[in-house]
Amino acid sequence: MKAFRRETGLAAPLDRANVDTDQIIPKQFLKSIKRTGFGENLFDAWRFLDEGDIGLTPNERHLNHRFVLNQPRYQEAGVLLARRNFGCGSSREHAVWALLEYGFFAVIAPSFADIFHENCFKNGLLPIRLDEAVVDDLFERAQGDGGLELTVDLEAQRIELPDGGEIAFDVPPSARHKLLEGLDDIGLTLAQAGRIRAFEASYYQRRPWLRRGAGAPEEAAP
Amino acid sequence: MPTLYDKIWADHLVGEREDGHCLLYIDLQLLHEVTSPQAFAGLAQAGRELWRKEANLATPDHNVPTDNRAAGIDGIDDPVAREQVVVLDDNCRRHGVRQFGMLDVRQGIVHVMGPEQGATQPGMTIVCGDSHTSTHGAFGALAQGVGTSEVEHVMATQCLAQSKARNMAVRVSGKLPAGVYAKDLALALIGRIGTAGATRHTIEYLGEAVRGLSMEGRMTLCNLSIEAGARAGLVAVDDTTLDYLEGRPLAPSGSEWQAAEAYWRRMVSDPDAEFDSSASLDASALTPQVTWGTSPEMVTGVEDATPNPRRATDSTEADGIERALAYMGLAADQPIAHIRLDRVFIGSCTNARLEDLRVAASIVAGKRVASSVKQALVVPGSGLVKQAAEAEGLADIFTAAGFEWRAPGCSMCLAMNPDKLLPGEHCASTSNRNFEGRQGHGGRTHLVSPAMAAAAAVAGHFVDVRDWL
Repeated sequence: MKAFRRETGLAAPLDRANVDTDQIIPKQFLKSIKRTGFGENLFDAWRFLDEGDIGLTPNERHLNHRFVLNQPRYQEAGVLLARRNFGCGSSREHAVWALLEYGFFAVIAPSFADIFHENCFKNGLLPIRLDEAVVDDLFERAQGDGGLELTVDLEAQRIELPDGGEIAFDVPPSARHKLLEGLDDIGLTLAQAGRIRAFEASYYQRRPWLRRGAGAPEEAAP
Repeated sequence: MPTLYDKIWADHLVGEREDGHCLLYIDLQLLHEVTSPQAFAGLAQAGRELWRKEANLATPDHNVPTDNRAAGIDGIDDPVAREQVVVLDDNCRRHGVRQFGMLDVRQGIVHVMGPEQGATQPGMTIVCGDSHTSTHGAFGALAQGVGTSEVEHVMATQCLAQSKARNMAVRVSGKLPAGVYAKDLALALIGRIGTAGATRHTIEYLGEAVRGLSMEGRMTLCNLSIEAGARAGLVAVDDTTLDYLEGRPLAPSGSEWQAAEAYWRRMVSDPDAEFDSSASLDASALTPQVTWGTSPEMVTGVEDATPNPRRATDSTEADGIERALAYMGLAADQPIAHIRLDRVFIGSCTNARLEDLRVAASIVAGKRVASSVKQALVVPGSGLVKQAAEAEGLADIFTAAGFEWRAPGCSMCLAMNPDKLLPGEHCASTSNRNFEGRQGHGGRTHLVSPAMAAAAAVAGHFVDVRDWL
């Protein structure tokens, strides 16, 4: 995973609550066995007027010019400003892959759904929780003339505003460390492999009925 | 004193990683074709193996077609969907993971298949790359939906690295009236606390109404925990749990059963357990629920009407109501009973078990699907549910009434396969999400119980199923 330290980008205001992962990346694009290729279809049903499908390229489609990300002023945005409960619904990590691939490095919202929030940290997309009133203010500025450019400094846990103002934010220390260093999560856990083995030894002794698990493949079955 | 969640957490806590994450040992991982391929690929890329292959159980469900199933994988017309099922097959073979493939009668929606096989057991920790994994909490198991990175993490380490959630008690007093089911209870709760009402919490469902539910009902209730924002929902173990489990293929037997039972009986919260937050509902006051909008919290009683944005508490809520009504093609203050249906879907991990099909069949027996309804689908949750329903004559009742009787899979719940709504169509659906486009681009979903969906199919519009009993 790429390390996240300090990034600067324009904020795009997505002014609706409870944005679910079905909207972030609709189901027809989940029929892929890869982790890439989702950015093109981020918010597909909102960005385009016609129904999208795998294989259709954006220039064959009808853009919804009213949707915020299609407005010329928000092209190249790096921060998505969102409302409460962002990322609710399906656990699809494709939602985070799509946001990153589209060009977002952070999402700011008053609250996030749990699985989405976790998925962000696994991929280096920074979810920033701020008070509703602070988010309201950022929306106003991002929608105002000239837009709003934000610098997100994870090390200092601080957002720097163009007028010199600063907003502090909190990220769980464990997640922050991992993001700053771009650490491999599985590698971190496997460093504890001996401990996991020791746990298992006593665990299955006390719960022998669990040892068999779900069983082995049945070769005869089709 | 510990809650049920505290107990399961403590029993599975391996330790703390150097960065402060807790390592929680995982007993069972369920795999399907849509969220596992990237995890298997990641494993291969890093040259890693499955930590414990027998802790995994796979079945294709999300994108499989519900007709032409005798052809197996060759019957999947969509080449990208087919590739996912082929890749799941290959990965399971290569890694020695047990899979119930498309031609296996045990194939089904992961959350129907797991409990049915006895793979889901009390006190377990269970994960799956699917948010409705919360379903398995009905057995007093800590079951959580995870993203693909976490799927890979569990594959490689048998652990989940996470922080502990808070405890939330949902107490449901009284008894559910006739015609009101676990689905209505769950929807009413979500309507009350909202889709973020239980974020960062594990819900435990308590009270007389919960104890009175069958395992199928408890699964429906726990299934919808995620729609209230909770990653997991729990129901404590009792006789109902053990009666369901006994004799299932993967459940222990003999002396192992006795050892297991002694442990399972402890899978309850202590009487004086403390919860961080709570909500309560009176089951006896509930009515059949219907969602009118584009979020499961946009729900009301069938006897009621759509809301009016003018009565909203703040501008974000007013905008949300206005936008949802516009998407749904509904007016403010429109009676729910006036909503006409184009399609009806009885299926999904929420409501496609035998009990659900029995209730729906009892409503449609001897009646006909309204001529204005273009399609009424019944998609059993697994091959075994399908077989049992056919043996009981339920399939005949549905087909005689004009329903299509299909093969198992997620189907129109998320429309990754060919079963989908056309733009503007209204659907009475027993599934779990009424998000924009969830059941097809531009489709309009109304979440209801199987009984309500069945009655709506016959009437062509929503009706109060209590009047039909």
